[in-house]
Amino acid sequence: MTAKTTDTDTDTNRDTNTGHGEWEELVAAALLGTGRRQGDPSALLDAAAVQTVRRRAGLRPAPAGPRPDPAPRDPRPAPPEPARRRLAQLLAGRTGAGSGGGRRGAAPDLTELLPQWLAAAGRHGYRAPAALVPALLDAARARTDLRAQALALAGARGLWLARLNPDWRFALRGGAGGGELPDPEDGAGVERLWQEGLFAERVALLGTVRVHEAAAATRLLSTTWAAERAEDRLMFLDSLRVGLTEGDEPFLEAALGDRSRNVRATAAELLSALPQSALARRMAERARACVGPEGVTPPAECDAGMLRDGVVERPPAGRGERAWWLGQLVEAAPLSCWGERFGGLGPAEIVALPVAGGESWREELHAAWCRAAVRQRDPQWSKALLGSASSPPATAPGTASLAERAKLLSILPDGQRAQWVAEFIRAHGLSEAFQLLGVCVVPWAGTLGRAVVDALDAAREAGSYPWSFSGVMGLAERCLDPAEADLLESLTATSDGPPDTSAGAAAYWAEAFQRLVATLRLRATMLGELTPPGP
Amino acid sequence: MTEQGVRWTAEQVLALAPDVASRTAGAKLGGAGPWSQTGDSASGLVWGVCKGSGSTPYRTVVDLTGPAYNCSCPSRKFPCKHALGLLLLRSAEGFGERGGAPDWAAEWQAGRAAKAARAASAAEGPADEGAAKIRAERRAARISAGVTELEQRLEDVLRGGLAGQQQAGYAPWEETAARMVDAQAPGLAARVRELGTIPSCGPGWPARMLEEGALLHLLNRGWLGLAGLPQPLAATVRSRVGLPGSAAEGEVVRDRWLVLAQYDSVSPDGRLTTRRTWLRGLGSGRPALVLDFGPPGRPPGLALPVGLVLEAEARFRPGTAGLRADLGERAAPAAANDQPPAGISTGAALEAYGAALREDPWLDSWPVVLGPVIPIPGELGWQLADAEGTSALPVALSGGASRSGLWQLAALSGGGPVTVFGECGHRGFTPLTAWQPGCPEPVALG
Repeated sequence: MTAKTTDTDTDTNRDTNTGHGEWEELVAAALLGTGRRQGDPSALLDAAAVQTVRRRAGLRPAPAGPRPDPAPRDPRPAPPEPARRRLAQLLAGRTGAGSGGGRRGAAPDLTELLPQWLAAAGRHGYRAPAALVPALLDAARARTDLRAQALALAGARGLWLARLNPDWRFALRGGAGGGELPDPEDGAGVERLWQEGLFAERVALLGTVRVHEAAAATRLLSTTWAAERAEDRLMFLDSLRVGLTEGDEPFLEAALGDRSRNVRATAAELLSALPQSALARRMAERARACVGPEGVTPPAECDAGMLRDGVVERPPAGRGERAWWLGQLVEAAPLSCWGERFGGLGPAEIVALPVAGGESWREELHAAWCRAAVRQRDPQWSKALLGSASSPPATAPGTASLAERAKLLSILPDGQRAQWVAEFIRAHGLSEAFQLLGVCVVPWAGTLGRAVVDALDAAREAGSYPWSFSGVMGLAERCLDPAEADLLESLTATSDGPPDTSAGAAAYWAEAFQRLVATLRLRATMLGELTPPGP
Repeated sequence: MTEQGVRWTAEQVLALAPDVASRTAGAKLGGAGPWSQTGDSASGLVWGVCKGSGSTPYRTVVDLTGPAYNCSCPSRKFPCKHALGLLLLRSAEGFGERGGAPDWAAEWQAGRAAKAARAASAAEGPADEGAAKIRAERRAARISAGVTELEQRLEDVLRGGLAGQQQAGYAPWEETAARMVDAQAPGLAARVRELGTIPSCGPGWPARMLEEGALLHLLNRGWLGLAGLPQPLAATVRSRVGLPGSAAEGEVVRDRWLVLAQYDSVSPDGRLTTRRTWLRGLGSGRPALVLDFGPPGRPPGLALPVGLVLEAEARFRPGTAGLRADLGERAAPAAANDQPPAGISTGAALEAYGAALREDPWLDSWPVVLGPVIPIPGELGWQLADAEGTSALPVALSGGASRSGLWQLAALSGGGPVTVFGECGHRGFTPLTAWQPGCPEPVALG
């Protein structure tokens, strides 16, 4: 009972013929027992019944507590009704029994569609339907990969709710929602949060300030730098990686003298990603002294200057120290320094040159160039180091490692990336393509999509089982352009498997393709639902 | 009434799902892909053939006037995922031209009609009145013996003092409840069980125990003095004790009934699912509670989508403040309501509950549409406050309400006014359904 009873107006008309006074007295008598006072239990129950019904019948509202401030209005339009319904379904299916273990059958997978729904809704500029905001916040809490998009969609209403419910506090932190971060112009607010904030809030603040004015961030960082703990210095430094510019160089150059070795190494790494920096110039000089058309001469010692510029002296077990130093110098030297050194050759030609001094030097050098291409985000060098997609991976100019190649690929422009991977799949099949597909832009470009579908079809013809390709299948469900569904339709038939394939495999393939088609169709429908109705 | 053109919304269809798994599975079947031979008729019949994983496709048919469902799939759930998928398909795309129902669908509908007619004539048929009277008298005597025993037990407890109850534990009450079951008074048994749990439920328990004990005592006295009570109160006492009132003697109200809320609760032993459906007559303004029951593992059959209006006869059972009703024949397929129901203030809501207590003092709550009100979340408890003024009702979570439902309510409101349907009683207000201003579509808070 929390509602207020009618204490005020029952005083005048309280029935006194019950023989008992206040309700509290009745409770006290009941607790003690009528036996001790020679009372009548039945009369006590009578009186209590009268009081109970009277109290209930006379309930009055309580005074209202402080109301929450109204949520700011979200000017964005709500999604069309079918899209709203779809979102409710996707959010409900998030934890639904349908997504549990077991064989997946031919039904489409709803879970993977949620991120795509959110992304598309974001592109259309919708706000979340109010009733679904709590489910959206729960989803954002459970899946960090959804967080930014879910919070953007939930918008002002989401932040308003998050302030009321501690479970959703996460939404108030981090850059995505804006949360309670002060305006970068608000000097006092920035200063206060920087001094008093939690670490995550301070990192978010640093990011916001940096977007607003790059130099202001390192100025802010300098104010407390000496007093920060080494782990925090490292994390702050690491957060500069995004949007690194020439303006950060003085701060980073100073950090090369830091007490912590990790901080020094990170500062050096960041500086080497700035080809114009003094460190990059020093590294270029050292690297050019070791590598040239005449061959490779690795450094003879790791001097104090190299140490200060972040070169790690001791190699890991099993590696020679001179090769180890060479790798670090080349990795940190700007790639632009090689053209001149090699008499004006382009990256592809330089990469193709034989390396005097033996195979192991070639490998060291190329691996270091790969790391440099990724660090400096240089598409030309990346392309040169990847080489031709159709030649056997072992003969690749830069590296045979798929992980390294995926990194190089991610530097290429979208179209070239899809083209390269498509060519790779045509030449080598799907078994090694998974990592490479993972860095391609979604939805897959037409050539890439068709290469994947053709390869899956070839795998079926060859009599293998679909679960050997479940990784690629899953990717395809997520990444294939819905327009491919019609092309795939012909593959869903069960009957036309080649005679030498076991019937079971054919059925599984048919089912896998059915699921793929169903998912693509559902995705097409879903994206269609999100399209605003025409004028 | 021409309501054939009105399609149910997807929310209304999905609200019919007996559980989350069916909801998800049904949603997946809501696209055209697996369906063929779909159609619907002016009389509210919807049918379709759904290709599943087996070689024989399933035949699914829904009678919207029920709604009632039939499907050749082996699922024991009602409605099954195929029926949900079929209705979703219809809600999204419609079926175009109306046509005649295929034989299998028409046969099922005819069978249903025949069964209903048989049931109706059986109810009117001659019964052995003498034997029935003797049975009723014998049962009344057993209940009276049980009531007397229960009175004795209550008085003993009060003589010894409630203070001893925490040590005494639950077992003696469980035993008393079993005695009440033996005495064929299930209503008393349930109250006794409830009473036994109070000493372990935290601060303030003695007052609560005295309240519930006193109300039980009141019920016992009512039963023993049944002959002297006015007719409606006597009926209330009989039904509270556990003697089902006969629907045949009930008052019949024909109206357009708006479905306000529907939720299930499972009995403590897990053996019976009770589905509560709250209705309000749009013409009469009268509230109605329709109960339906399902055995273990099987949800109750009655599934009415929240927010729909059905034109039907409701037969009100005598007693219990005139809330309990059974739905009779439905005239037309259910249609969507076009505006949110009108709400009342917090004060008026408590007055309505108080007034209902005159007819049924054992009533825990009364169905109320509250609004416009503003939800106020609070760490110690939530409130619903009148948008104009400073009065508020505390929010009580019980029955069909959940914490996530409260947050949904807060999200809908955003600090502004909403209309809320729920159960208003001495524990507070339990919100079940909400409407945003100007939006006729209800949001079931779950």
